[in-house]
Amino acid sequence: MLELSQVSKRYGDDHALKSVDLAVAAGQTVVLIGPSGCGKSTLLRLIVGLLRPDSGTVAFEGQVLTAASLLEARRRMGYVIQEGGLFPHLTVRGNVSVMARHLQRDAAWIETRLADLAGLVRLPANLMDRYPAELSGGQRQRVSLMRALMLDPDLLLLDEPLGALDPMIRYQLQQELKSIFDELGKTVVMVTHDIAEAAHFGQHLVLMREGQIVQSGSLKALAENPAEPFVEAFITAQLEPMSRLNAVLG
Amino acid sequence: MSRAGWKVVLFVAVCGLVFERPAAAEQPPEAVIVGSKAFTESVILGEMLRRLAIDAGISAQHTRQLGGTRVVWNALLSGEIDAYPEYTGTLLQEILASEGLSTVDELSVVLAARGIGMTASLGFNNTYAIGMKAEQADRLGVKAISDLRGHPDLVFGFGNEFMDRADGWPGLQRHYRLPQTDVRGLDHALAYRGLEAGTLDAIDLYSTDAEIAYYDLRALQDDLGFFPEYDAVVLYRLDLAERAPAVVASFHELAGRIDAATMSALNARVKLAGESEAAVAASFLEQSLGLQIEPGTGTAGQRWWQRLWQRTAEHLTLVAISLSAAILFAIPLGILAARRKRVAHVVLATAGILQTIPSLAMFVFLIPLLGIGGPPAVVALFLYSLLPIIRNTYAGLKDIPASIVESAVALGLPPNARLRIVELPLATRSILAGIKTSAVINVGTATLGALIGAGGYGQPILTGIRLDDMGLILQGAVPAAVLALLVQGLFEAIERTLLPRGLRMQTNAVGATD
Repeated sequence: MLELSQVSKRYGDDHALKSVDLAVAAGQTVVLIGPSGCGKSTLLRLIVGLLRPDSGTVAFEGQVLTAASLLEARRRMGYVIQEGGLFPHLTVRGNVSVMARHLQRDAAWIETRLADLAGLVRLPANLMDRYPAELSGGQRQRVSLMRALMLDPDLLLLDEPLGALDPMIRYQLQQELKSIFDELGKTVVMVTHDIAEAAHFGQHLVLMREGQIVQSGSLKALAENPAEPFVEAFITAQLEPMSRLNAVLG
Repeated sequence: MSRAGWKVVLFVAVCGLVFERPAAAEQPPEAVIVGSKAFTESVILGEMLRRLAIDAGISAQHTRQLGGTRVVWNALLSGEIDAYPEYTGTLLQEILASEGLSTVDELSVVLAARGIGMTASLGFNNTYAIGMKAEQADRLGVKAISDLRGHPDLVFGFGNEFMDRADGWPGLQRHYRLPQTDVRGLDHALAYRGLEAGTLDAIDLYSTDAEIAYYDLRALQDDLGFFPEYDAVVLYRLDLAERAPAVVASFHELAGRIDAATMSALNARVKLAGESEAAVAASFLEQSLGLQIEPGTGTAGQRWWQRLWQRTAEHLTLVAISLSAAILFAIPLGILAARRKRVAHVVLATAGILQTIPSLAMFVFLIPLLGIGGPPAVVALFLYSLLPIIRNTYAGLKDIPASIVESAVALGLPPNARLRIVELPLATRSILAGIKTSAVINVGTATLGALIGAGGYGQPILTGIRLDDMGLILQGAVPAAVLALLVQGLFEAIERTLLPRGLRMQTNAVGATD
């Protein structure tokens, strides 16, 4: 489905990515995780073509992505970012259907699809004509997900989709998002810095540091057989607050 | 709009600008168009020429108070006007200075080679002079220009032309080795007020100026013989002599008829007694040449609201054409600049430089190409209106948050669809702000169009400055200010309908719940 080989990317003198290889099978959910600046978002942006690799290739559904093939390929990918990236001048309906209308899809088809997606992400139907400024943060992310799913993409890319939400809503959306992924059975590549969230979504975690993949596998495999001390340190650092909470609560 | 659609619109706009001809060219070929410079004497003489042409049975127009010697001279050369009053000194020392002529006979030959004819002197020498208040001159013991050497602290104020002309201040300073350093350029009509107010000690005078007697001024003796003769003459195109020989003959009739005292008196009747130039010119021609003048023609017969309406129509035409064209050009240029860094440098720098060209200089550049009147004014206003719109379009597009632009890219929208669906709507507020800035600048700058005969609200302002008449100035300034506010209000109304509703809301999510 998705294959990155020997992908490198520099910003000036900084190596954002150093010869990264990554393969994602159809139907798999892969979670990219690591500290800030490790290159996980850069990797996602290379897949959707917002950045072009300095060297190496990104292949999607067996085809190497080029400047010419990107436009077509993007329509088979859905991309959701932290703040939603919704167009402030368009309503919910306008945001979700913008690409379908550009491709001149049938109006009745669009309306049906909108209703289906609203049901899927549990967005109340009366919000369809609201503008992003009239929505809460959680609602905006639901709309952003609807927009990404509108053309029924094969690959869903999510860059910290819940990162800007407060913990309660975040927890609730994690549950819902997981069941949506299970229901749709799509290939998903997701970026997060939260190991609990990563474990919740992914069978397959990819831990990154300084532009390179350190280790990949299930959380259990990473915790039990850390490839290097950094893996253990990263997991411990995130689990420690939890164990402290548990100790207090007895 | 599609890319091809934009191109068509631009092409039509360009054609409209290039091929729009001045109203003057649509007159029947035998009509005579007279010009004059922006001071009272020139306007009176221009009125006389218009009356003489009418008396010879030819319809005639007077494009009055054009802004400066270069403007009128170029208009004559290009055939925008057929005749105007000039002074021999100006021709020898300024217009044709590079020819190195010394006599009036040589002058006639050189003029004829350019297709221009010249009458003999009208009878007076309106030379430059340096003037001070008589009381101050007596106190300091200044009688002649060379006496000024002993008073280096005196403040001089000279007309803008006099400041720069070879036969003006630079030459005078060298000739008399004058030490004064506080020398200011200003409008000639305002210089008298500066002298009266005491902010200036000496100014340049035209020796037939009515104010010399009125303000009790002393014209200093030109003891070292610097100023040349400035005999008043009429310049006319030689093709006018073929088209309307009777008119040219009547211009020659005027030669020798006006002596310096008469001219000074005529100037005083306009500037001090408030008569119209047309009336003063008519009564002079009746008395000295026995012309029978039909009263009540020309602008003097119009009601105030007719004049206001005419000026509003002229002003609105200048603003509407130049601003629409600027919008059609500047928005695509701003888009192009936002997309290509190199284009941005060139476009923003060019528009910035255009903005710094003084308007009178811009007019002088444009007159050889477009003549006088509406077209050069429209082109100048168009050029001045570009920068704010280009810059705000560019800034509006550049200021769209990266997350939104990237979302549009990631959706798979091609560049033109992104521009149309996402980027331009989000830049609307900024683009409209640029248009509003341009509109206000445009309405204000259009008043300068009167300097090159484009009419509008600048006409009464220019006349008011010349005649020191605050009422006349307000007749132009107040409607111009009102128009600027109205135009701004119009674009605010457009903004209310054009600005997407989602952008008018505060971008916060407080109050909504999950």
